[in-house]
Amino acid sequence: METILILLTGFLFTCGFYLMLRRNFTRLLIGILFISQAANLVILVVPGLGPGFSPIVPDGATRPLEGHPDPLPQALILTAIVIGFGVIAFAIVLLKKAYHGLKTDDLDRLKETDS
Amino acid sequence: MTEFPLYLCLLVPMGAAFLQILLLGRPRAQRVVAVAATGLLAAVGCALVAAVKTGGPVILDVGGWAAPVGIRLQADMLSALMVAITGIVGLCGAIHGLAEIPASDERRGYHPLYQFLLFGVCGSFLTNDLFNLYVWFEVMLLSSFVLLALGGGKAQIEGAVKYVVLNIVASLVFLLGAGLLYATLGTLNFADIALRISEGKGSATGIRLSAVFLLLAFAVKAGVFPLYAWLPSSYHTPRHTISAVFAGLLTKVGVYALIRTFGPTFATEQGFILPILWWISLLTMVIGVFGAASQFHTRKILSFHIISQIGYMTFGLALGTAGAFAAAIFYVIHHILVKTNLFFVASVIDRIGGGEDLKKTGGLYRNAPWLAILFLIPALSLGGIPPFSGFWAKLALVKEILNVNAWFAAGIALAVGILTLFSMTKIWAEAFWKDRPEDAAPMRPVSVSHVIPMVILAVGTVAISLFPAYLFELADIAARQLLTPVAP
Repeated sequence: METILILLTGFLFTCGFYLMLRRNFTRLLIGILFISQAANLVILVVPGLGPGFSPIVPDGATRPLEGHPDPLPQALILTAIVIGFGVIAFAIVLLKKAYHGLKTDDLDRLKETDS
Repeated sequence: MTEFPLYLCLLVPMGAAFLQILLLGRPRAQRVVAVAATGLLAAVGCALVAAVKTGGPVILDVGGWAAPVGIRLQADMLSALMVAITGIVGLCGAIHGLAEIPASDERRGYHPLYQFLLFGVCGSFLTNDLFNLYVWFEVMLLSSFVLLALGGGKAQIEGAVKYVVLNIVASLVFLLGAGLLYATLGTLNFADIALRISEGKGSATGIRLSAVFLLLAFAVKAGVFPLYAWLPSSYHTPRHTISAVFAGLLTKVGVYALIRTFGPTFATEQGFILPILWWISLLTMVIGVFGAASQFHTRKILSFHIISQIGYMTFGLALGTAGAFAAAIFYVIHHILVKTNLFFVASVIDRIGGGEDLKKTGGLYRNAPWLAILFLIPALSLGGIPPFSGFWAKLALVKEILNVNAWFAAGIALAVGILTLFSMTKIWAEAFWKDRPEDAAPMRPVSVSHVIPMVILAVGTVAISLFPAYLFELADIAARQLLTPVAP
C-alpha cells in the first residue's frame, strides 16, 4: 500500500509541477491543487501507514491497542486540507478576477508590475 | 516564570476583528475600534517586553496541557520585542488608514482583515510549535492576500497573482518540511526538536531534508535571493497603508522564522545551513541594492531596499554567534520602524509631490519642508549615517563580521550601505530638490492622520538612535534566551 501511495505522490508532484509551469491560469490552479494534495499524502506516507487499525480506544479498554498508528499526522493533514481549501477558493476567485480585469489568462503577459 | 496575560496579544486583534465584522456598514465605529485595538496591542506588547525583561520568558499552556503534548504560547524576549513592534506598526498603519482607505474598501471588510493580519503576525511570533507556526503563517497570508487585492485595480490584481501563487507554493514547502520533521523526530515543539536532535534521535537524512525544506519556505517568505521576485512585483501595488504594514512586518516574520528555526532549533545542522545562508545573504544585499538603483518608482525602490536589508538580518543569523544574533535582532527592530516610515513618506510624496514616478515629482523641499525632515530621519537611518539607528545596527553587525575576520563580507556590507544611501539621495534629489515638473499630478490634501504615524515612527527611530544601548540590552537578552531554550 505504501508503495502505491509513494508512486501516486510522485505522480501528483510531477503533474502538479508540469501544470504550474504552463502559462495558463487554469492549469496553474490545477497544478497548485495537485501539489497540495501530494504534500498531504507525503505527510501521511512518510511516518508509515501503520498496522491497519485505527488508534481509537476499543470498547472496554482504557488505551488503544498495542502498536497503534500515530494519529497526529492525520490531524496535521486535516488542518492542512482545511487551510488549503480556503487558500484555493481565494486563488480561484483571484484568477477569475484577473482574467476579467487583465483580459488574458497567459501568465507570460503579466509583466506590468515587474520591473 | 512571569505572570502575564499573554492571551491578550492574540485576543486584542482577534476580538477587534470580530467586533468589526459585527460593525460592518458602520465605518466610523470600525475606525474607532481599529485605532483603539492597535493602540492596546502596542501597549500590551510593550508591557510584555517589560515583563520578560524583569522575569524571563512568559509561557501560556493553551488548554491546560503542558508542552510538548500541549501547544504552548511562549514569549521570550525576541517574541516580546516583535509583538511590541507589531503593535506599534499596527497602530501607525491604522491611523494612516483613517485618511487613506476609501469607504468602498471599508465596506468590503478592510478593517477586520487588517486585524486578522496582525492576529496572524502576533500568533507567528508567540507560538513554539512548528505546525502552529504554519497555521499562523496561513492566517497572516490569507488576510494579506485579500488586503493586497482589495480595491481591485489592474496592477493590484496582477501583483496579487504573483504574490499569492509564490506564497502558496512556499507554504506547501513549509508544510512538507514540518511533515517530514514530524515523521523523523515525532515532535513539532521547537525546544523538543532541538532536544531530540541533540540526543541523536531521528535519521540524519530526514532532519537535513526537512531543514532544507524549511530554509526554502522561510527564504521565500523573507524575500531572500533568489526567491524574492514576488516582493518587488507586488508591494508597490496596494494602498499605501497596506504596503507600509506589509513592508514593515511580513518579510520580518520570515526572518523571525529563520532565526527561530536555524538559531536554536536546528543547532546541529548549523554547519550545513549557515554557510548556505552566508552566501545567499551577501547576494541578497547586493542584488537588492542594485535592483533599487535601477528603479524610478518610489515604492519599487523601497521594496528592493527591503530585500537588500533582509540580507543584513539573515547575515547576522549566518554568523551563528550570540552577538551576531543580537545584532540581527537589533537590525530587525530598527528596520521595521524605518521601512514602514519610508513607505508612509512615499504615500505623502504620492499625494503632494506629483505621484510615484520620481521623474514626475518634485518641489517638495519648497512646498513641504516638514516632509523633508520626516524623510531624512528614516532615509539617513536606512543608509547607516551616524548617529541614526541604522548606523548602530550596521556597526554591531560589522563588528561581529570582523570578529570572524570576514573582511570580504564586511566590505560588501559597507558598500551596500553606501549604495543604499545613493538610492535615498535619488529620491531626495528627484522628489525634494528638483523643481516641480509641469506635468506633475495635482496635489491632493494631506490630513493629520497621514502625518501622525510618520511622527510616531520618526520619534521611535530618533529614540533608538540616541539611546541604542537600551535596545541593544534587550536584543542581547533576546539572543541569549534564544540560545538557551526553555525546557519543553
